[in-house]
Amino acid sequence: MIAAILNYEFLQNAFYSGLIIGVIAPVLGVFIVVRRMSLIADALSHVTLAGIAGSLYLSQSISSLALLNPIYLGIAASVSGSILIERLRSLYKHYEELAIPIIMSGGIGLSAIFISLASGFNTDMMSYLFGSVSAVSRHDLWIVIFIAIVVFVFLFTFFKEMFVLSFDEEYAKASGLPAKWIHLLFMIVVALVIAASMRIVGILLVSSLITLPVAASMRIAKGFKQTIFYSILFGEAAVIIGLVSAFYLNLAPGGTIVVTSIIILFLVIIGKKSVLKIKAERG
Amino acid sequence: MSETIIEMKNVSFQYEYTQVLNDISFQVKEGDFLAILGPNGSGKSTLLKLLLGIIKPMAGEIKLFGQPNDSFREREWIGYVSQKSNAFNSGFPATVEEVVKSGLSKKVGLFKRMPKDAKERVHQTLKSVGMEKFSDRNIGQLSGGQQQRVFIARALISEPKVLILDEPTVGIDHENVQSFYDMLATLNKEQNITIILVTHDVDTVSNRISHVACLNQTIHFHGYKEDFDSISQEQLDKWQGHAVRKIH
Repeated sequence: MIAAILNYEFLQNAFYSGLIIGVIAPVLGVFIVVRRMSLIADALSHVTLAGIAGSLYLSQSISSLALLNPIYLGIAASVSGSILIERLRSLYKHYEELAIPIIMSGGIGLSAIFISLASGFNTDMMSYLFGSVSAVSRHDLWIVIFIAIVVFVFLFTFFKEMFVLSFDEEYAKASGLPAKWIHLLFMIVVALVIAASMRIVGILLVSSLITLPVAASMRIAKGFKQTIFYSILFGEAAVIIGLVSAFYLNLAPGGTIVVTSIIILFLVIIGKKSVLKIKAERG
Repeated sequence: MSETIIEMKNVSFQYEYTQVLNDISFQVKEGDFLAILGPNGSGKSTLLKLLLGIIKPMAGEIKLFGQPNDSFREREWIGYVSQKSNAFNSGFPATVEEVVKSGLSKKVGLFKRMPKDAKERVHQTLKSVGMEKFSDRNIGQLSGGQQQRVFIARALISEPKVLILDEPTVGIDHENVQSFYDMLATLNKEQNITIILVTHDVDTVSNRISHVACLNQTIHFHGYKEDFDSISQEQLDKWQGHAVRKIH
């Protein structure tokens, strides 16, 4: 595949995008998981789908929009979804999780309408749902790079504040951190990463790349920085193994990446158990 | 004459239609060790939230270090330790060192990196609460009492002038509560840190504090510990609804 990557631009696009997403999705994932927001990522990915479907429909029906890259409307939908979730969460203070089914079903509902308007599924739609090795354009790669820069600027600037906020929100507020604003920025960055990841892993599986590497990492890591380190390691491993096997076996990369993540997760769980057992036996 | 650190004047607060605090006025001076006593629902936590600036009063005035609470920027002067039970997710993957270091973030400020000597400062602060051996442990592996010490360290690392503690000993066994209060008393005496403590444990804390405030929507008593001791039990019961028992 290495030779193929050097020869084919589409493979370069997919591979480089994958490598970048393999870092940014699990890094943000650590914050998402420890803040118990895993399902929000799922809700946002379904909203992104509505944006993509809407864009595909528009480019079918309005000829001047025929070449519009669906990722833009996807990003717009995802970011608006993240802001809407926050509004709903503050509206239903005691039932914060209600925001998730509301936004999620709204996203799927809109997608269903746009998909039927665009007279059903086509291969393009399938590639957005489950990812694709061949559909990533150079343009998509640039968008992924841009989003990665946004993520790094955000984390570089607010890392310690995000830590305080994630660990103990009340303490963050008591020490005068602008918790609300940092949280909103965080949600927007999450929305961007979801939109960036969908090209490779597909909308339906984006949240797995955000949560599964973190789930594995938390079993073995000591401390926060180590959790981030292992999450990136597992994320990258899943993306690389997943993309290579998708290429050779002609499968959707979303599927292979997620299955690889789950295998890693199981190996880590079993590995840790056996280590603990051996330790216990040795006394 | 020591400096007035906290001043509340005619402060009232209500949630929707329920009056929680009514016409509260009191002062805390530098070096005081004040225990705020009151039954459940007496407005203790609301009072602390007002002090911390998390919520704003409907009426009245709050001053911290002589400045109005709204424009008070030196939040790192105030260390806060909340009730253990509701504060954090005990499965959080962070070491004790990382948790304590995070206490510096307000002092360091937005857009700035942690100072180079942060690790050394964490070590020193952990030492002052007797937890230096645990710095590499994950926070979730510690006992409740040990966690509370770590949270005190997180508050202390920014070198606060006041420590505000909201029922810090809930869920900690009796023996550890004693040594926890001993540690607070030492911080108060040796480092001259003013302490405001909301508590039910009037028995355990009574020989360590300098001042007492009895709160039940309004302040029924605020003064020296010695004057508090001379209040009759009947009077206390009337204020507190039997929540506070004095020891003799």
